[in-house]
Amino acid sequence: MGTVVVTGEKIEKLKRILDNHLTSIGVSLAILIDEAGNEIVSTGKIDQIDTTSLAALAAANFGATAQIAKLIGEEDFSILYHKGKKDNIHITKIGLNFILVTVFTDKIPLGLVRLRVKQLKQELLNTLSEQ
Amino acid sequence: MALINLNKREINCKIVYYGPGRSGKTTNLFYIYNAVSEKYRGKLLTIETRGERTLFFDLLPINLGKIKGLDIRLQLYTVPGQSHYRATRKLVLKGVDGIVFVADSLRKRREKNIESLIDLKNNLAEYNIELEEIPLVFQYNKRDLIEANIPLLTIEELENDLNRELKAPYFEAAAIKGIGVFETLKEISKRTVKYVARKYIFNEASKAQGGMI
Repeated sequence: MGTVVVTGEKIEKLKRILDNHLTSIGVSLAILIDEAGNEIVSTGKIDQIDTTSLAALAAANFGATAQIAKLIGEEDFSILYHKGKKDNIHITKIGLNFILVTVFTDKIPLGLVRLRVKQLKQELLNTLSEQ
Repeated sequence: MALINLNKREINCKIVYYGPGRSGKTTNLFYIYNAVSEKYRGKLLTIETRGERTLFFDLLPINLGKIKGLDIRLQLYTVPGQSHYRATRKLVLKGVDGIVFVADSLRKRREKNIESLIDLKNNLAEYNIELEEIPLVFQYNKRDLIEANIPLLTIEELENDLNRELKAPYFEAAAIKGIGVFETLKEISKRTVKYVARKYIFNEASKAQGGMI
């Protein structure tokens, strides 16, 4: 299992991608994490939420759900969505090793979040794999 | 999977406390949480059942301070020890950089220790990690019970059962009283950071900086 190394420049680039696609439509929080639950970059209202715990739980949640998927013959579920009273959370796999967690209120349609995440996926992957 | 963030100048490592059910993994984390000042620790997260057994994991982020200008951040995880949680344990091991094996010194738990070590080996193999290669420290817990005349395994027996071939460092502990807890943590931290740094530097030599290794 490898080590992920991110430079300041790369962090800025990743943050810009998240801001352009997600913060711009009003999501409360977007965090890019690795599968071990490490937070790589986060943007939005990060001081209101314990992002370390959120990253660990989201990675664990994804891992657990992937195991459920295997039990029913799926490889994994590429998207997880949890609906709350006010806030909702959308978790999606980015490539093989990364997960994007997006928190947003009811004012933002789920479809828009899904569309934006789909659009930014490749950009994130390209940046992450850049030398 | 360790994360080196050159922007914040920090290294994040994942250390997992492994071992049979009720051997004292969560107790280790609780003791560390209570003994470390707030400045150096994050929130303790626990997912447990009603019976206070770990259901998924406990997580305690701690900050070791700076080494060569880099902040060292550790994420300490525990696993649920009971044998039927095997799938959950495997998930927690994802991306692990260092392991503390907390063994139960109670004589009647001898088989459980051995079973748990085999389970660890098998789970790591599924991630293509060998137990001989990853930083590992043993903690022989509950040594204080000898005073209560409870039959315990001797250190020689524990070493022979678990550590005969691995020859990893071991510590005697009474985690509930804090004895041996920090000694264990210090040793595994040292080994893990060294392991991660060495891997990073080694790859750095053959690859451009900032890439994925």
